[in-house]
This record gives sequence, structure tokens and C-alpha cells, in this order.
Amino acid sequence: METNSKTRAIKEELETKLGSIDNLKSLNDLKIEYLGKKGKITQLSSLMKDLNNDEKKEFGKNLNILKKTLEEKLDDLAKVLEEKELNERLIKESIDVTLPATKVCVGTDHVLNKTIEEVEDLFISMGYTVEEGPEVETDLYNFEMLNLPKSHPARDMQDTFYINEEVLLRSQTSPVQVRTMLKNKEKTPIKIICPGKVYRRDDDDATHSHEFHQIEGLVVDKNISMSDLKGTLEIMAKKLFGENKKVRFRPSYFPFTEPSVEVDLTCFKCEGKGCSMCKGTGWIEVLGAGMVHPNVLKGCGYDPEKYTGFAFGLGVERIAMLKYEIDDIRNFYINDKRFNEQFGVTKGGNNNESK
Amino acid sequence: MKVSRKWLNDYIDISDIETSEIVKKMPLVGNEIEDNYKLCEGTNLVVGKVLSMERHPDSDKLHVCMVDVKDETLQIVCGAPNVDAGQKVIVAKVGATLPNNITISPVKLRGIESNGMICSLEELGIESKYVPERSKGGIHILDSDAPVGMDAIKYLCYDDEVIDFELTSNRSDLFSMLGMAYEFRAVYGGDVKLPETSYKEIDKKVSDNLDLSIQTINCPLYTAKIVEDVKIKESPNFIKARLMAAGIRPINNVVDISNYVMIEYGQPLHFFDTKKLGNKILVRMAKDKEEMTTLDGVKRVLDETDIVITNGEEIVALAGVMGGLNTEVDENTTSITIESAVFNPYNIRLTSKSVLRSEASSRYEKGIDTNRTIEALNRACHLLEKYADAKILKGHVVHSEINKIEKEIDITLDKINSVLGMNLSEDKVLDIFDKLGFEVSINNKTYKVKVPSRRLDISIKEDIIEEIGRIYGYENMEGTLPISNSNNGGRSDKQNFIREIKNILKSCGLNEVLTYSLTSLNDIHSFTKDEFNYIEVASPMSEDKKVLRHSLIPSLLNVIEYNLSRNQNNCMIFEDSNIYYKIDNEYEEENYISGALCGTYIDNSWNGTKIDCDFYLTKGIVEKVLSYLKLDNRYELRTNDIPESFHPYRSAGIYVDNELVGYVGEVLRTINKNKVYVFELSVNKLMSKKIRSIKMKEIPKFPSITKDVAFVLDRDVTANEVIKEIKKNGGRLLVDIDVFDVYVGDKIDENTKSIAFKLKFQDNTRTLTDEEVMNVFHKIINGVTDKLDAKLRDK
Repeated sequence: METNSKTRAIKEELETKLGSIDNLKSLNDLKIEYLGKKGKITQLSSLMKDLNNDEKKEFGKNLNILKKTLEEKLDDLAKVLEEKELNERLIKESIDVTLPATKVCVGTDHVLNKTIEEVEDLFISMGYTVEEGPEVETDLYNFEMLNLPKSHPARDMQDTFYINEEVLLRSQTSPVQVRTMLKNKEKTPIKIICPGKVYRRDDDDATHSHEFHQIEGLVVDKNISMSDLKGTLEIMAKKLFGENKKVRFRPSYFPFTEPSVEVDLTCFKCEGKGCSMCKGTGWIEVLGAGMVHPNVLKGCGYDPEKYTGFAFGLGVERIAMLKYEIDDIRNFYINDKRFNEQFGVTKGGNNNESK
Repeated sequence: MKVSRKWLNDYIDISDIETSEIVKKMPLVGNEIEDNYKLCEGTNLVVGKVLSMERHPDSDKLHVCMVDVKDETLQIVCGAPNVDAGQKVIVAKVGATLPNNITISPVKLRGIESNGMICSLEELGIESKYVPERSKGGIHILDSDAPVGMDAIKYLCYDDEVIDFELTSNRSDLFSMLGMAYEFRAVYGGDVKLPETSYKEIDKKVSDNLDLSIQTINCPLYTAKIVEDVKIKESPNFIKARLMAAGIRPINNVVDISNYVMIEYGQPLHFFDTKKLGNKILVRMAKDKEEMTTLDGVKRVLDETDIVITNGEEIVALAGVMGGLNTEVDENTTSITIESAVFNPYNIRLTSKSVLRSEASSRYEKGIDTNRTIEALNRACHLLEKYADAKILKGHVVHSEINKIEKEIDITLDKINSVLGMNLSEDKVLDIFDKLGFEVSINNKTYKVKVPSRRLDISIKEDIIEEIGRIYGYENMEGTLPISNSNNGGRSDKQNFIREIKNILKSCGLNEVLTYSLTSLNDIHSFTKDEFNYIEVASPMSEDKKVLRHSLIPSLLNVIEYNLSRNQNNCMIFEDSNIYYKIDNEYEEENYISGALCGTYIDNSWNGTKIDCDFYLTKGIVEKVLSYLKLDNRYELRTNDIPESFHPYRSAGIYVDNELVGYVGEVLRTINKNKVYVFELSVNKLMSKKIRSIKMKEIPKFPSITKDVAFVLDRDVTANEVIKEIKKNGGRLLVDIDVFDVYVGDKIDENTKSIAFKLKFQDNTRTLTDEEVMNVFHKIINGVTDKLDAKLRDK
């Protein structure tokens, strides 16, 4: 049959040509040449008119099969070529991933505020409210109502920046205790933590700063005891400085607490074995604390026969210096970028655990 | 307080307690120990007698000595200028060790053998301030009765250890050896043995020879005694050594005794030369500007708060602080008038602050045990009789206004246990009271506690509780947690507000800094327009820490400057802190958040990515904050009234609802040729703006249409004015306006500029037709061209 041989010839011709196709464009041209509207295979249908009905039917069927087969072949090749071309394009797009990155800035917290927030968060989780008070404070709140009358010898312990006889830059965060107790007209229980800036007339050197930060804690309620203070500070020590930290009380003297204690934690460096940092004792002094002096409670309207309370005050700089092994307090206020960025940009391991 | 172990041992037996144990234990009962050390570190030192001394044949300075040390005679070459035959000296034998790791071995000095060393006190490690004048610069010469061959350390009573306590200011009782003895008893038990105070009296009466008159209430107790026929000489070795251990320089037997008794009892004494004093003592307050010369030869100008001792005519002592030069005990003194008195601690504190602080004044300031005043006087007489051959006149002269009321405090076991949070038994508590020397009587479960007069620090129940707690030991306390029905904890609205703003600034890449509030007067008003007064500290430490700042910006600029000078060129920083000012004598402080940016914000040099810090970046950061606070449609920048240190044409006030809340702009001052951009925001003002809560807005379902338009405008017209006009005419369908080009140059008229806007139109309920958008668009164009005298720019 002439039709069959023609069909076969075209098919073979196409298959031969396919063998040398290596890009999508030539493939597309080939597709149009054979399978397009005016393509060679499409034109084969013109042979139809010379055939009888049965032959027409048969030829039509064969032609369709041929078309389908060829289309599939072309499509398969197209897929292969597409993949090849995509791959070639991607290779061309290749970059050196080891070149330096574009620096994206991420801001950091100052290490002191970071430390304050850690302490705040811990105490908030134990139901404490964060209270603040003014830095320009009165002698009354900073001293007198804290059981430090003007003639008290312990006033010499704190050299204070006075503005006039009655107004000063607070030398401690303790006046916030007084303000909070006075403000509480119903004289209900109090559980507060008071961070803030304080001032002392010290010459700035590696361990002294005329401005620094304190965090004061105060709990006033019925039946608050010294062991509650110890337990609370034990939690603080463990959560902020590591599970293996222990708390030691050493009796001391502060006019606004009685009994008063200095609080030591297991040495950060040697974990209690004794080293140069703790002068061989295994302990590091971190804060002062005690039971709120009855005169302070009374002055703030709490009946010391019914209420007791504990208070503690810690130096934020000291805590940060111990935790991060910072050896000069002035670093906190110089704000060398290379210093500041060390404490916020990287998470860091848990400084609390022993190395 | 430096405590000599041997001295303390006179009053309580501590011979079985190791110093290391004391050093460990005492801090746990509240007595810090600063240091502990041996009074003298040397070994193998003996008393020797110089039998002969000859010049070294080959040296002008060296001497060859033959020294008898009992078992042998040693040839020792000695360089001291004061060595001589017949002297008793300290000999370091071969094998002896001295401080600074010196070991004595046989040597040849210029050919002559030397088997040991004759020592100076300095070589024994004694501080030169304690070395008597006669032994300075040479060897120490011992008394002629020093037994040859005896251990020299023992002979000098240097075989002692010193424990240096750093005591809390309330424990005035511990500034005496007796007080220390009671404290050791409380910790270790044992019995306190009081010093010997007996003496013989001659018939002559003190009262016949001294007229005492007290004319101030600040001297509630004054006692005096007179002794005669005193022989001034060196003190016995044990007194000298003990005073040295206590940090006091030995002078002579009489002066040493007054110091010795002060250290023993905590009661300062003063010795007047009776001949110089006369027979009258009058105590009064000083007159303003009154003058006197103290023992140290310094002329002091006094005021009305100083208490003075006079002889009726002139001041003879600055009470409680230091004696006068005019009545000083010297080598010719034969009769002494001894003062043992009590003065108002507050006055002494003022005097010692303005004049000087002495061993005496530091005890008076803290308060002394008035029960020991007479005892100390008697003890001094006992020692003067024993070591200065004194004859003691009969009786005392006494002025006393002291009411001896015994302090009694009532307390219960329940109270003790509830405050400590412990469960101590009655036996335990009573045992502690006994160790403390507190007498207790029990009356129906209430303890009546008698507080010894030495314990000035104990006056209320809580003091008693502390005593129980510290002696029992806090190390035995188990931690508990408060049981209370408290409210939820948390931060205040303001604290949260600030944290949120800080989070935005950090997310924009700004680093938080903290700087000092005290600053110099120079910059105080350069970044604010407020007229408020600044707050100045009364006695500043330096000019640059004198006033409280009005703006955080100068501090931030200092930080930038610091970093720039260390080649840290890209700085983006912020601070959240207070500023301070005074209005009508009210002191105010207000929270501000300020930032400063300098250098490159984003950089990647090799591929050309670079965004520098500039005004618009800084404005963008401010806008992020405002938009977080939902104030972005309520704020505007105004360029009038800019503080002096801002660039006048590149800065603006930030106004929210027509209220100034801060500034943003370029700093006029140029640091290192780098431009710095800053902003400052008032937290209070921002917080006071009411903002709506977040309600979800429908996301537009229908497509938007954008139209571009460029206007040529007069240079002075601001973008904001155009935007306002566009908004006014754009109505509901105009949903967004963006500036995509600003042009000034040749292609348009001089004094004009072109701003091109992209306008976006959208309706949430339907697709807009081009026609209705064009209607609005034309209305906008007409509005802007009419109102602002603008022209459409040709394409």
C-alpha cells in the first residue's frame, strides 16, 4: 500500500532526525515540521481522499496511532532536553557560597539590662511585681525611713551625692521598699522586686563606679521568716547561676534589717574547691539581706507585731562580672561595641554550669 | 580590730583553738576576718652578748664581733654602725630563717668568716614605724638584763599571732579585748577572766587636788584620778609587743598604758601632765573658730559642735579625739591626771570627721560601755603602779548623769522560731543565752533577757533573735518558701511598653548602651528646647559628673566617638534612661529612648551592597516605632524650633497629635568627619496617646489600580504638603501613596523640584473601573496643581 509505505517513510525520516536533536528549539521546529497544522504527518491525511471507506477507516486509525506515538516520543525527548537545559542554566548561575555574607544587623541588650531581666523574669515567675522609684530621692526615703536617722553612724558607710540637705541621688534601691509599703493603703502583703540605678560618691576604678545598678527584693506578709529568705535565694542561685550553687548566710549589719546577713554563693570559678577568686574560701559574696527592721515596717504603716518581711539587695554589675568573668566595672559604661556585642549576639552556653 | 592571740588568752583560754579554725568560724557568726599572721616570722633567733668588737681589716663599715650565745661563741661580721661590745643583741644563728625567705648560712665577708647575723628589728619583719628611735638604721639593742641564749622571739614577746577582724559598725563591744573575749566565749564556751585592777592608795585625795566642772550635756560621765612619782621609761616587752600587734606604736610606759587599757576595755583614757594642767578640769563646748594645738603639733580651728576639755583658762584636749600639746606627758612628767570619760558619740563623730579620726574617737563614735569607765581608770592605776612606780591618790573625781537602767527584753521561743523559720528547743536557746552571757528569767513562757551593758547593739526582740540565729548557725537553717496568697506578679504597663519599643529598636539592628546620668554642664541644653532648670549635685566629684542630663543624646555621641576612635565605624545604638530636670523646686525625671546611628547600616563590599546611615534610615526606625504604636497616621515632622546642636535643615521635631514627642535629625557637631543621626522619644508622651486595639481587617479580594503622577513644585513645598492634598482629594478609593522619584536639576526650572507619586486605588467590595479611577485621579491632579501651584511634569 502506497499509504503505508509513505507513512513508514515519514516515520523513519522523523526518527532519524530525532536522533540528532540536542536542544529544545530544534525539537520544537521538528515538531512543527511533522506534527504541526501543515506538518508532514498532518498532510498525510490528504491521501485519504483516494481510499475506500474501509481503507479510510483503517488508515485514519493508523495515522492517529502514528501521531500519538510520535508525539509521545517527542515529548519524552522534550523532557530530557528541558532537564538538560535547566541544568545547564543552573550551572551557569552557580555562585561561590563561601564569599562573605551581607551583614544583617541584630541589636543586642546591654548586658546589665539582660541580667536585670533574667532576675526579673525569675521573680515574676514566683509572683513578684516589678516596682520602680525615682533616682532623685529624698533623704527621708533613702535613709530616715530605713532606720538611718541623720545622726546614724552607718551613714558614713555610704557616701552619697546630695543635691540639697533633703534631696539626694539615691544610694540604694531600698527607698522603693518604703514607697511601695506607703503606697499600699490597705497594708496587704507585698512581693516586689525593684531594679534601678543608684549613685555613690566613689571614684571610678576597676571595681567601683559612681553609678551602678541594684535589684532590691521585698516580701512582707504574716509569718515571713528568715528561712523563707534563704529558700528564695536558693532558688535564685540555682536558676540564675546553676543547679549546683549553694547559699551561705553570714551574719552582718544593715540598719534597715534585723537580723541581717551577707549572702555567699558557691564560688563561680572553682565551684567551692577554693581558688584565687574566692580567696580560698569556696564562697563568693553576692548580696546583702535580712528581715525588715520593725522600725521600717512601723514607719511604713505595717504593724511589726503582725507582719514580718525579708529584703535583699544585689549589685547587678557584680553579678554580671562574676557570671561573665568581666574584670573591670567601667566596661559596662564605656560601651565599646566589641564588648557590648559579646553578650547579646550569641546565645552562649549556660554560663551557670561548671566548665 | 587587730587581736593578739596571746593578749586575748589573758581573758579567755583559747590555747586549744587553732587560728585556722577561728578564721573559718568567726565570719559565720558575723565577724569578718581580713587577715591573720604571725607577729614575727623568724626562727632560731637567740639573745646574744657582744663580747668584743673589732674593725674588719678590709672594710671601713664592717665589724668583726665575738658573740656569746650561751652554748658557744660565734664570730659574726656585722655592718651596723651602732654595734658595740657589751651589748645584748638578737642573733640569727646559722640555719635561722627570717622573713622574705632569708636563711642564715656561714659566709666569708671579705675574707673573714661570719657564722650568723646580728639583727635589726626590720630584719625580723617588724614595720619600721614600731622600731624605737635608738634602734633605727642599725641593730636592735636589748635591755642589759636580757638572758643570753634565750629565744629572742620569746624574750621580745613576738611569739604571737594577730587576727585582724573587720567588724560591723554596730558591734562597738568588739573593739576591745574584753569584748572579744566575751564573743569567743559565745562561740567556743569557756570563762572570761577580768583583768587585775587593784592598787594601793596614798593618803592624798584626788578630790582635794582636782576641781571638776562639766558645762555640757554632751559629757554625761567624767571620772578622773591623779597619780604621782611616775617614772617614765620603756614599757615591758609584753606591752610593747601587744601594742604593736594591735597596730599602735609603743612610746613609753605611761603612754603605752593608756593605749593598753583602751584596747583592753574599749574605754579611751587621756593622760594629762598634772603640772602643766593645774588643778582644774572644765568640760564645755568649743566656741566657733576657737583654736588649739593637738599633740601632733597641728593647730586646729574648732566649732560649736566640738567638745573640749579645758583647765579653766585654755583648751587642754579635744574631747574624745586627741590631747592638747600644752599638757602632753613627756620624759620629765612625774604626775599624771587620768581622764576616763564618756562623750556624746554624735559630737565625736562630727569632730573626728572635721578634725581627725583617732583610735579613741573611733571607739567613742561607735559608743562605749559606761560600766567600764571607772574599771578602766582603776586598771590604768594598777598598771601605772606596777610598771611606772606610780603613787595613786585616794578616791575618784566623778561627774555622772548616767542612769543605769538595765536593758531587759521580753521574747518567746515561738517568736524566735517563727522569725528564724526554725524549730529550736528551749534548751538550745537557753544554752545560747548562757554562752552569750545574757541572764534570762522565764516567766510563763516569756523569756526576760537581761542585756549586758557592753552590748549597745541590742535593744529590741529582733536583735535577740539575730543573736540566737548567728550563734546557732545559719548553716543549720533549711530554706523554705513564703506561703502567701499574693497576686500575680509582673511588670508595669510602662515597663512593658518600654520593652516593646526596645524590641523594635533591637530588631532594627540597634545595640543597647548604658551611660552615666551625671554629666557636664556643657551639653545640657544642646539637644533640648526645654527651659527647665538642671539638677546639680552639691559636691560633684569632677566637672564632667556635675549635673543630671536633660537629654541622652550627648552621652550617645560620646559612645560613638569612643568607638570611632577605635575604628569601630559602624555604630547603631540606643539607650532607654531617665532625663532629669527641676520645675519650681520640684525634681522631675522622665524616661526617654534615644538612638544614634553612624556609618554603614548594611554592607557587603564585594558585591556592592551598601546602605549608609542617613536621615531617612533614622526616620524609618522612628516610623517603625510609631507605626508599632499605631501612631503612623497621627504624626508629622516639623522643621521649626530645632535645638541648637541639630543640623537646622536636616532635622525635625516629631509631633504626634500636634504634641512634640521628640526629635530626629543630623547632629551638627561632626565627629571624625562622620555624620551622626540621632533620635529621641519621650516614653511618657508616647504612652499617653490612646490607641485602638487590634481588630482584623479584611484582606482586599479585588484588584487594585495604580496611577503614577509627577508634579513640578516650588522647592519650599514639602512632600508632606503634597501628600496631604492628595489624600484630601483621593477619598475612600485611594489606599496608598508612595514617592518613587524626587528630581532637582537642569530638566526643570530653577527653584523647582519634581516629586513623583505612585497612587494605588482599590475597593473592597468590587473591581474598580478605569473610568472611576481616572475621575478621582484627575481630581487629585487638579487639587494639587491648584492649591500648591504645581504643574504636571511632562513625560
